[in-house]
Amino acid sequence: MSKFDKAMNKEVETVVDDATDFKVSYRKKRRNSGSFIVFVGPVFLVFAALVLIPFLMGLYYSFTNWNGVVGNIHYVGFDNYKYIFTQDADFKQSFIITTKYTFIAVILTNLIGFGLALLVTKGLKSRNILRTIFFLPNLIGGLLLGFIWQFIFNKGLTSLGAALGIDSLMQSLLGTANGAFWAIIIVAIWQGAGYIMIIYVAALQGVPQELIEAAQVDGADRFTTLRKIIIPMVAPAVTVCLFLTISWSFKVFDQNLSLTGGGPFKSTEMLALNIYTEAFVNNRYGLGEAKAIVFFVFVAAISILQVYLTKKREVEA
Amino acid sequence: MENERYTGLTFLLELFGIILAIFFLVPFYYVLGNSFKSFADILQNTSSLPKSLDFTNYSQAIAVMDFWRALLNSLIVTVASNVLIVLFCSMAAYKLVRTRHKISTVIFFIFVATMVIPFQSIMIPLVKVGSTLHLMNSHYGLVVMYLAFGSALSIFLYHGFIKGIPIELEEAAIIDGCSPYMVFWKVVFPLLKPITVTIVILNTLWIWNDFLLPSLVLRDEELRTIPLATFYFFGAYTKQWNLALAGLVLGITPLLIFFFAAQKQIIGGITSGSIK
Repeated sequence: MSKFDKAMNKEVETVVDDATDFKVSYRKKRRNSGSFIVFVGPVFLVFAALVLIPFLMGLYYSFTNWNGVVGNIHYVGFDNYKYIFTQDADFKQSFIITTKYTFIAVILTNLIGFGLALLVTKGLKSRNILRTIFFLPNLIGGLLLGFIWQFIFNKGLTSLGAALGIDSLMQSLLGTANGAFWAIIIVAIWQGAGYIMIIYVAALQGVPQELIEAAQVDGADRFTTLRKIIIPMVAPAVTVCLFLTISWSFKVFDQNLSLTGGGPFKSTEMLALNIYTEAFVNNRYGLGEAKAIVFFVFVAAISILQVYLTKKREVEA
Repeated sequence: MENERYTGLTFLLELFGIILAIFFLVPFYYVLGNSFKSFADILQNTSSLPKSLDFTNYSQAIAVMDFWRALLNSLIVTVASNVLIVLFCSMAAYKLVRTRHKISTVIFFIFVATMVIPFQSIMIPLVKVGSTLHLMNSHYGLVVMYLAFGSALSIFLYHGFIKGIPIELEEAAIIDGCSPYMVFWKVVFPLLKPITVTIVILNTLWIWNDFLLPSLVLRDEELRTIPLATFYFFGAYTKQWNLALAGLVLGITPLLIFFFAAQKQIIGGITSGSIK
């Protein structure tokens, strides 16, 4: 082969290469959008059909008097919302009791969870088994948990009271409105504190030892170190834990259903149970959905506000 | 903070911790102890230890609540949901991270934004949509719903993890002639293992214990999961505590076994799932 032939061959090869390059990149683009649909499509389709569309349908149903029967849907404007805010005493009661429950349960679960986290990071010999035990209740689902505590409150504690001769223990906590309310709080703490503890433990272990030592060298006592160094350093975990506990508390349903069933006399009927009853027991789907929308707006607003406020307080190491 | 010296104060804290732990365990003691007693014995000696390990309550509870059936149903639903969630959410999150286009941002934002919607705000129309799509009263329908309701958090967690994976590996694989599917399954998916474990654990704790969704979807007795079976069993035997308690112990045992088998991963999973 002559020199010229070789050069020519090379030239042809480059041209062919360029052409395939072009083809490949063109194909790659098409293949890319094809694979985008294959990768994202299935889950987005299912998500749209079962989350997005029902949510939008729900917005519409909240303006109707739908009673669950197919075809029996009439537009009623703002009637449901007017009813909820002006006449529905049960909803108002649920709203107040849920807010009160959330406030108390969130504060106590976080305080106790943080306390447990401090305790099990103090170099105790039993720290691993303690962590396991504190976390254990969280494995039990809300429904079974409620049943378990129904037994504890109705039979366990009352028998203990009788055996020890303590009168105040002999009556079941679930018998009175106030007692039943605190019973749900106790159960919420028993279930949630261990989970919250795990998150705080991880955060506490991330606090640099040098910072604490430096503070102590500067003469800070234990409490000042906790307040000025440790708590600001675990602020991101506080954001997460508050978010989780607020969301658990507002949405509480299973424990409510199995522990008190909303009783005595609807005194402990939280919002989720109230919505459920309105729709699936009273068959007022339209009204139930309007309550569910009010519920959504309220929960979303509180959650977003909380994350915004606590994020502002986070500091860098 | 773990390296402090063991002082007298530490010893007091240790004692305090142990007492607290005993308080945490008291409910377990009552339920487990009384599940071995006869009905009369429960009423008379609620706080005492059982006289003997009598399993008659258990054999009766297993028969009446069809426990093995419920256990199998819970296993089927939990495993199938996890497989679908891991499969489809990892794929979707990967593509959303790697496709630099407005549509990715919009879709990801929609997924994340719906995380603030409580399930109760969707459940009423969901029942209607579910029956239109023939998803009601079947395990596969329930599984598809778990994929839908689990997708937002799972995609969010995968998305955050994949952003930290260098793209060079994938580019090398493409130059070697891998198709987009092979790149994902052979190169990327194995790297996702830590976050996949986290996602499986969070979803298992949720799906296994969930009551509301299955109670809306499943009607037939033979389809019931453990929380559903316990609910109906407990409703029918509220006055017969001996059977009800045996049923409760049966109901919580599978997850306790799961926990003790995978304790490290579960604790780690919760930590990494919430720090994101």
